[in-house]
Amino acid sequence: MAYPQMVMYDEEFKQINFVIEKLLREANAKVIFLVDKNGQLISGVGETDRFDTTSLASLTAGNIAATGGLAKLIGEKEFSILFHEGEKDNLHISIVGGRVILVVIFDNRSSLGLVRLRVKKASEELTGIFDRLVRKAEEKERSGVPEFPFAEITDDDIDNLFS
Amino acid sequence: MSFINYASREINCKIVYYGPGLCGKTTNLQYVYQKTAPEAKGKMISLATETERTLFFDFLPLALGEIRGFKTRFHLYTVPGQVFYDASRKLILKGVDGVVFVADSQEERMDANVESLDNLRFNLKEQGYDLDRLPYVVQYNKRDLPGVLSVEELRQELNPTGVPDFEACAATGEGVFETLKAVAKLILIDLKKGR
Repeated sequence: MAYPQMVMYDEEFKQINFVIEKLLREANAKVIFLVDKNGQLISGVGETDRFDTTSLASLTAGNIAATGGLAKLIGEKEFSILFHEGEKDNLHISIVGGRVILVVIFDNRSSLGLVRLRVKKASEELTGIFDRLVRKAEEKERSGVPEFPFAEITDDDIDNLFS
Repeated sequence: MSFINYASREINCKIVYYGPGLCGKTTNLQYVYQKTAPEAKGKMISLATETERTLFFDFLPLALGEIRGFKTRFHLYTVPGQVFYDASRKLILKGVDGVVFVADSQEERMDANVESLDNLRFNLKEQGYDLDRLPYVVQYNKRDLPGVLSVEELRQELNPTGVPDFEACAATGEGVFETLKAVAKLILIDLKKGR
């Protein structure tokens, strides 16, 4: 396989949520979520009920992928920050540690400057957590711990999904 | 690249529908969307031109249920089939877990099928994937139209490795779920192996 599987454990999930909840408060944001580059939602905090987070995740990843393609065409590695300004709500999208996407939705109770400042700090913390997560997953794979939940899956389990 | 979340007990997998322009990729997703219970599906997103040709991708999230206590979600994507959208197609293949190649059974579209299949293989390779090692199924679509090639002829050209293949008429839904189920099953079996 070209890429290792992305795995999330309880411990890191809590740490990640702690960081983005803090960012939500400090940046006066409405919603914050983390998405992997393939469009899968990792976590979200704030007024997540008001938004279709699955669609947001997929479109954000598409957006990052498309702008990444544009960057390569003009000889840049990637554009690490995107900002979309709306009438009421704004979207601040940034790439964290080269592998995940941090999305901050905010309105006029905050400002782009504040969001950028706080995102920068939170990104450093998140990068550290994701680095540890990758190392942990690699170690588990090396030690061959058979904890994979699907190892005992049967054909019946699969068929039941479609019944 | 599936995403396994032990914290929220979820597994997310990405399926991409590939094939030449107008072969029925979007129609496949539309049928799945129509026939799926509201609680099991999210919103279907189509980034299309004014003439309803896919511009970037269609996206349909499906939550099929639980396996061993893990919520199993499939994210279905289509690529834009038209030849000149190749840059977009490459992006959508990133992180793919399984591929459905939708072929147009009409004789005059055979060249387009072959070109698209070569393009799929090439684009996957560029991302470091090998089609022969990926969960992969083929669908021969538009079986209801006059002037279609026989399944044997299609199979010879488009499925030399003998992966699971299905006849379909996506507009009426025939074969649509059989195709989806087959690729989902291959992905889950692949997961079971733990790669």
